[in-house]
Amino acid sequence: MSKLTEARLRVVLYEGSGSETIPVGDRFALMSELLDSGYNVTLVNGKGEVGGSDGAALVVLGRFEGDTPSFAQADGADDGGAGVTFTDIRGKDTAAVLAAVQQVGEVKETVRPGDWKPWFPVIDFDRCTNCMQCLSFCLFDVYAVDKTETITVQNQDKCKTDCPACSRVCPEVAILFPKYTKGPINGDIVRDADIQREAMKVDVSTLLGGNIYAALRDRQRDARKRFSTERDESRALIERRRCLKKLQGDLDIPDEVLMSLPSVGDIEERAARAREKAEKRRARSQTVKDVRPAPSQEDWGI
Amino acid sequence: MTQQPRILYCNCTYAKVVPAETKREVLRRLSESGAAFDCVADLCEMSARRDPGLVEIASAGNVKIAACFPRAVKWLFHAGGAPFPNDGVDVLNMREQDADEIVPLLLNGHPTAEVPVP
Ligand code: SF4
Ligand code: SF4
Repeated sequence: MSKLTEARLRVVLYEGSGSETIPVGDRFALMSELLDSGYNVTLVNGKGEVGGSDGAALVVLGRFEGDTPSFAQADGADDGGAGVTFTDIRGKDTAAVLAAVQQVGEVKETVRPGDWKPWFPVIDFDRCTNCMQCLSFCLFDVYAVDKTETITVQNQDKCKTDCPACSRVCPEVAILFPKYTKGPINGDIVRDADIQREAMKVDVSTLLGGNIYAALRDRQRDARKRFSTERDESRALIERRRCLKKLQGDLDIPDEVLMSLPSVGDIEERAARAREKAEKRRARSQTVKDVRPAPSQEDWGI
Repeated sequence: MTQQPRILYCNCTYAKVVPAETKREVLRRLSESGAAFDCVADLCEMSARRDPGLVEIASAGNVKIAACFPRAVKWLFHAGGAPFPNDGVDVLNMREQDADEIVPLLLNGHPTAEVPVP
C-alpha cells in the first residue's frame, strides 16, 4: 500500500451561512451513504469545532442559496491548498450526490475507497517487551526491526487475512487485530486469565512436538520423498496439511495461510535471520544503554 | 489543544465488528443533535495508510472518539504515526456500549448540541 503521498478526498457537508439547512432525515441518509462508500465526512454548521486542514482535497456539498459560494465564504472548510470543489446538492437524491463525489475523486485522482487490506497487526507498546517472537514466527515478513532495533509492523499488506496467529504467539498479548471478533486480540482489556489461557501461551518451539522449523523440515522432507517415489503431488499436499493441522487448531490459522506457507528453505532462512537479530540485540544489550537481559534462543523459539 | 470538545465518529466501514444498530443509532442521533462533527469511514484504514488526518485529530486534543476498544484505537493512531497526547482524547466503545450511553458522553460539554431523544 502506498502511503503519505496519496491524494485524499474529504467530503464537507456544509450548512453554514449561504446554505440551507438539510432536513435531518436527508442529512443522516447522506452521511450514512457516503461513509458506507468509504468517504470521510465533516458536518460544518457553525455549531462546534471540526477538523482543520489535513491536506486532503475537499468536496463541499450544500444547498447553496444563490450562487455557488467562493472558498473564502465557506467558514470552516479549510483545504490547506489541496483544492476545493463545491457541489450544489439541491434537487439531487443520495445516489446522485454520491456519484458527484465519486466524480470529483476521479478528477483529482484521490485514493479509491476500499483500495486497501483491512487486516493487519497493531502492536501495543505498553505491553510489548521487544522479544521478537512475532518476527521469528511470522513467515510472511510482516514484522521488521526499525533503526532503534524495536519491533515494527513493516509490511501490513503481506499479512494473511483472518490469520491472528502471531497474536497467539506473543507472550505479552501485545499484538492486536482491531477487526478480530474476540478479545483481547481485538483490543479488549487484557485480563490475567487471558495471559494464562493456554491458547494465548502457545510456545512456538514446542508446537508439533519440538522445534517448529525442524518439524516442518522433517515433515516436508518425508512428504517430498513420498512425492518423488509415488509421483503424487496431492499426497504431498495432504501431508503438508496434516503436519500443520495442530498449528492450525492452536493458532486459528486459515487454510489459505497453511497452503501458502513458504518452502522449508525460506523458513530456515527466516530462522537464520531471526538468530542474527538476536545476536545483534545480545551485542547491544552489553552496552550501558540497554540493561535488559539478552533473549536466549529458547526465548525466541528458534 | 482546542477548547471546545470535538467529536469524531468512526463508521468501521470495512468490517462487521461494531454492531450495525449501534453505529446507525450513534450516527443518527449525532446528525440530529445540531452539533458539527467529523466522521471517518474507517480509522483502521487511516492507520494503515498513515493518513495525515490522524495527526490532525491527535494533535488538536480535546476530542471524543466513537469507535471501538480504546486500546485498539490508541495503538492504531500510534501505528499511523499519530500517537495520542497524554490527555484530552476520550474513546467510546461502540462494540460494547450502546447509543444511549455513548451519545450523551459525546455531546457532553458541547456548547449548542441537544441530546436527541432515543
Ligand atoms: S512477540 Fe509480542 S512482545 Fe514480543 S516483540 Fe512481538 S509484539 Fe512485542
Ligand atoms: S478503529 Fe475500531 S471501529 Fe474504527 S475501523 Fe478500526 S476496528 Fe472499526
